[in-house]
Amino acid sequence: MPCEISRRRMFARITIFAGAAIAALAGVPVIGFVFAPLVKPATPQWRQVGTRDSFQIGQTVKVEFSDPSPLPWSGITAKTAAWLRRAGDNEFVAFSINCRHLGCPVRWVDGAKLFMCPCHGGVYYEDGTVAAGPPPEPLARYPVRVQNGQVEIQTSPIPLTTFKS
Amino acid sequence: MIRSILKSGWRFIDDRTGASQMIVPIMKHIVPRDARWWYVFGSAALCCFMMQVVTGIALAMAYVPSSGDAFDSLRYITHQAPFGSILRGMHYFGASAMVLIAVMHMAQVYLHAAYKYPREMNWMSGVVLLLFTLAMGFTGQLLRWDANGVWSAVVGAEQAARAPIVGPFLAHMILGGDNIGGATLSRFYVLHVFIFPALIFAGVGLHVMLVLRHGISEMPKEGEPVNPATYKRDYEARLKKDGVPFWPNAVWRDAVVSLVVVIGIVVCAIVFGPPVLDKPPDPTSLNVNPSPDWYFLFYFAVLSMLPANLETWVILGGPLVVILVMLFLPLMSNRGDRAPSRRPWAVAVLVCATTAVVILTLYGRRSPWSPNFAAQPLDAQVVGTTTGPIAEGARVFFDKGCIYCHDVNGDGGQRGPNLSRVGDRLTEAELIIRINNGGHNMPAYAGRITRDELSTLVTFLESRRVHTSAASAGP
Repeated sequence: MPCEISRRRMFARITIFAGAAIAALAGVPVIGFVFAPLVKPATPQWRQVGTRDSFQIGQTVKVEFSDPSPLPWSGITAKTAAWLRRAGDNEFVAFSINCRHLGCPVRWVDGAKLFMCPCHGGVYYEDGTVAAGPPPEPLARYPVRVQNGQVEIQTSPIPLTTFKS
Repeated sequence: MIRSILKSGWRFIDDRTGASQMIVPIMKHIVPRDARWWYVFGSAALCCFMMQVVTGIALAMAYVPSSGDAFDSLRYITHQAPFGSILRGMHYFGASAMVLIAVMHMAQVYLHAAYKYPREMNWMSGVVLLLFTLAMGFTGQLLRWDANGVWSAVVGAEQAARAPIVGPFLAHMILGGDNIGGATLSRFYVLHVFIFPALIFAGVGLHVMLVLRHGISEMPKEGEPVNPATYKRDYEARLKKDGVPFWPNAVWRDAVVSLVVVIGIVVCAIVFGPPVLDKPPDPTSLNVNPSPDWYFLFYFAVLSMLPANLETWVILGGPLVVILVMLFLPLMSNRGDRAPSRRPWAVAVLVCATTAVVILTLYGRRSPWSPNFAAQPLDAQVVGTTTGPIAEGARVFFDKGCIYCHDVNGDGGQRGPNLSRVGDRLTEAELIIRINNGGHNMPAYAGRITRDELSTLVTFLESRRVHTSAASAGP
C-alpha cells in the first residue's frame, strides 16, 4: 500500500511538472514577445523641422515630425508634434504638446500668448510654466538644436507625470 | 417517415452526448414563485453581452486593427458597408445597454440584499464582471480610432503613470511604447476582442453556475432575516412548498424583457445611428477636445473638480477603494434582514449614489471646467456698439482668450466667473488688478496685454451692467 501511495504521488508530480514545463515553454516566447518592445526604449533621433529663418523671433508655432522608429503600419499615427518658439537669434525652445495634467493636447492662443488645455483648463505661459489650472508641472521640453541652418528636435517619449508622495 | 428518422437521430445524439440529461434539469430547476419582474436584469445583461459578441464578430470582419488603417475601415463600415451603420450603432447602444442593465442588476441585488448568505460569491463575481464590462467600454471607445480615441489612450496612460513604482511601466503597456503609434491600437484590439471577452465568458460561466448552485433568492420579506444556520433548509422547504420550474414559468419574463431591450438597441441604432467619428487619429492635430463615452463622464467630472493636491490620491485610490468596498460588501454583512424597509441605510446609499452619478454625469457632459474654444467673437448686439473703446475692448476680450473661460450674455466658457454684469461688481481699479495679476485659476496678463488693450478691455467690462445685459437679452 505505501508503495502504491508513493507511485500515485510520483504520477501527480510528473503531471504537475509536465504542466509547468508546458506553460514555461509556451510562456517564455509569449511574454518576451509582448514585453520586449516596452523594455527596449527607442533610440532618440534628431528630426529636422524647418530652416532657422523660417521661424520668427518671439513666435510660437506647431511643428510636426516623425517618431523615432515607426512601425510600417503606423500610418498617420507615426507623426508627432511640438510647439516651437524662437526665443532669440539662435535660441529655440520646443515644448511637448501634452498637458502635464492628463496628457491632453495643449493649444497655443497667440493673442494671449498662452498655452491652453481643452480638458480641464490647464494654462501655461509662453515659457511653459503653469499659469492656471490643475497641471502639477511646467510643459515638458524637447531637446532642440540648430545644425547647418536647420532646426532639429530630438524625438522623446510622451512626458508622464508620475507619482510623488 | 421523415419525422421518425429525425426522432431516432435525435435519440442517438441525445443518448451519446447526454444533452437533455445535462440541460433539462438546469432549465427546469425550481425557483421561488415570487421571482417576478425584479429578477429580469441579469438575463437582460447577458442578452446584451451576446448581442455584443455577435455584432462585434461581424464588425471585426471589416475592421482593420492597425493604427494607420483603422479609421478608414471604420469610415467604410459607417458609410459604405451594407448594414454597417446599423451594426456599429447596435454595438454602441448594446454596450450602453449592457453597462446600464448590469448596474441596474447590481442595484436590485443590493436593494434586496440578495448578496447575503449563501450568495456572497455571486455578488463578488458580479462586481468583477461589471469591471470587465467597463474595461470593454473603455477599450471599445478607443477602437473607434479617431482623434478622441488617440487622446483617450494618452489620458489613460497618464492616469496609469500616477501609480507608484509601476506607473511608467503601466503607461508604456497602454501606449505600446513611448508614444502613440503602430503598437497602440493592436494592444487595445487584443484586449477588447480576445482577453476581456474571454474573461467575461469565464465570469458569466462562474456567475451562472453559482446562481444554479444556490438558487435564485426569494423576494425579501420583513421578519425573515437570513440565518446561515437554517437558511438552506428553509429555502429548500419553501421551494418544495410553492416553487415553480424556471422553464417556462420564470424564463418567459426574461425573454420578454430581453426582447424589449434588443428592440430598444435596434431602434436607437436606426434612429440615432452610431457615434459620429471624430477627426482622423492624427497626433499632430491639436484642435481636439477629448472626452469619454457617457458611462465614464461621472469620473471625468470627479477628476475635474478635485483640488490638484488630492488628485493623484483620488486617481489611484478612488477606484481602488470603491472596488474593494463593493467586492467585499457581502463579507461585511452576510446575515440579517434583507427587506429594504429594515435597511434604511442601504436604501439611502443607493439613492445617494444614483443621484451623485446622475448629477456628475450631467455635469461631465457640460464640462464647465473646460475652456470653450468654440466661442466666437461677441455679437455687436451684445457689445452694444460697433465703434469706440467698448467695441475695441470686446475684440480684446476675444483675442486674448478671455471668452474661452468667461461668459458674457450666453457666449463664452463657464470655467471662470460670468462677466455679463461684472461692471456692477468690480471697479475699474479692481478689474485692472485682477487682469494683471490673475487668480488661482486665471493666468496673469501683465506683460501679455498692452496698456491700450487693457484700457479698452476694462472699459468694455465696466460697461457690462444690468441694463446692458438686459438690453441684449431682448429679441
